[in-house]
Amino acid sequence: MPWAMRHNGLTLKRSHKQFWLGLGFASPFIIGFLLLTVIPFLQSLYFSFTEYDIFTKPKWIGLENYVNIFHDERFYKALTNTSYMAFIAVPITLVANLLIALLLNIKVKGIAFYRTVYYLPTVVPAIATSILWLWILNPDMGILNNLLRSLGLPDPAWLLDPNFTKPSLIIMGLFASGGGALIYLAALQGIPKEFYEAASIDGANWWHKLRYIILPALSPVTLFQLIMGLIGAFQIFTESFILTNGALGGPDQSMLFYAVYLYNEAFVNLNMGYASALAWILFVIVVLITIVIFKTSLRWVYYGGE
Amino acid sequence: MELSTRSMDTTHKTVEVKPKTKIRKSILAHIVLSLIGLVFIAPFVWLFLSALKTPQEIFQFPPSIFPEKPQWNNFIRTFETMPFFQYTLNTLFLCAANIVGQLISSPLTAYSISKIKWKGRNVVFGIIIATMILPGQVTMIPVYIIFAQLGWVNTYLPLTIGAFFGSAFNIFLLRQFIMGIPNELSEAARIDGASEIRIFWQIIYPLLVPPLATITIFTFSGVWNDFMGPLIYLNDDRLWTITLGLQGFMSQHGGEWELLMAGSAIFTIPSVILYFIGQKNIMKAGSSLTSFK
Repeated sequence: MPWAMRHNGLTLKRSHKQFWLGLGFASPFIIGFLLLTVIPFLQSLYFSFTEYDIFTKPKWIGLENYVNIFHDERFYKALTNTSYMAFIAVPITLVANLLIALLLNIKVKGIAFYRTVYYLPTVVPAIATSILWLWILNPDMGILNNLLRSLGLPDPAWLLDPNFTKPSLIIMGLFASGGGALIYLAALQGIPKEFYEAASIDGANWWHKLRYIILPALSPVTLFQLIMGLIGAFQIFTESFILTNGALGGPDQSMLFYAVYLYNEAFVNLNMGYASALAWILFVIVVLITIVIFKTSLRWVYYGGE
Repeated sequence: MELSTRSMDTTHKTVEVKPKTKIRKSILAHIVLSLIGLVFIAPFVWLFLSALKTPQEIFQFPPSIFPEKPQWNNFIRTFETMPFFQYTLNTLFLCAANIVGQLISSPLTAYSISKIKWKGRNVVFGIIIATMILPGQVTMIPVYIIFAQLGWVNTYLPLTIGAFFGSAFNIFLLRQFIMGIPNELSEAARIDGASEIRIFWQIIYPLLVPPLATITIFTFSGVWNDFMGPLIYLNDDRLWTITLGLQGFMSQHGGEWELLMAGSAIFTIPSVILYFIGQKNIMKAGSSLTSFK
């Protein structure tokens, strides 16, 4: 292209200008990223090799924090509890999201009203939800156990019984499935009608349609929700803090989650070094999970179009 | 042979049976939708019903569903038993500051990585995606220490300054939107010699109202609901947000359920109102989030 050659000097100058322009516009994010992410990220790695209580200077202790963590019963407790939420609660929630989405995809009059109703519980702030459920699940006075008793069903102590605390959290979480359902719903509505029609002509029943049309079409959304759900599970904090009323982990520490333990070590016990090591282990876990999911997703996520 | 009988079958259905089954099906759908809908809404309704009961009625056995005499007074008592008004003002201030920050910074960055062709914009985009999965806990401790050394603990600075650097989520949302704006608009202005900042501010920014509305709502509810941030940075109870106030009230007056419910209900109402205002935008944001381009 002779034209481009002739203007080479100009385009070079222009691309130089473009670079500074682009960088300038992106500078709020870049500065924030350097100051509030990169530097703290590296600092926390350094702190994880020290003993540090904020008031005195950090003292280098090598791998001691990490060694101690691997002998720390509470660490394992927190990890087990968090894994329960990640690998049991998240899949249950995803299935619920999908079922609600399928329900809200039915074409009847007034469906918009139902969608609003189903979404409403997700609007309620976590702290209000937690206080509310503390009352609903109250073993003696709560409305749920009153209902269960009047039906002659067993009435567990819910948030006071270590075997029921995490299931209680799952139940609470299911009421917020309207949010995930709406994301699924948007994808559901993007499936061309012709797909269903063609399948019907071939004699497909509802299961075939679900298995071979809907699930593949929704798989990118499932990937998104799965990753966000797992990362969210590793950060559960407010619910545990409120439901246990500040008592670390509640009955038998059954709600001692990773983020709760980390907060407690850092800001209650002021073991900043130890907590930083916990944070780095969390980081490695989250990265590993994300990599594994992305790798396996090649097999089960179906991208339409290209 | 088999195929033809089946297709005959369907034509038969459409002629005679379909209207009836269709009505029956839609009645069934309404029944299922409303039953499950009732379950979904029940805790929410229970919050407001409990907020209107007397201390005696709330512990009554068997429990009453509707309050005998609605105690509207409970809402006023909430404001009397704790400085709820002050907490609300504090929280609103934090919300406003964060919204302003996000509305300035996120669009600038989003514009840079979608409409300006420069080396490195893909790197910045990659970083933005990566920070979306970075758990906040990893940077939380050093960030706290930095703010503590600056003497910012017990001020609102740590809870607002971050917004002025934009957020990955919002930038991503805006980028998806800006990508859909045709280049012709800005090209015409560029030929007329308009500077990039003028093109951004006078041509692009006004078009961003829908995603900016969504960001306003998300930022509001994020700050309004935030518990961990204020918990870490605000010790002085005059600076407390509503979340801290409710938690403090709960640990002091744990048994006064009707007041706790009233407080939680008041706290919930703005989120509900905002949801109804921004409903359409939120739905759109939900769908654009999952469509990578």
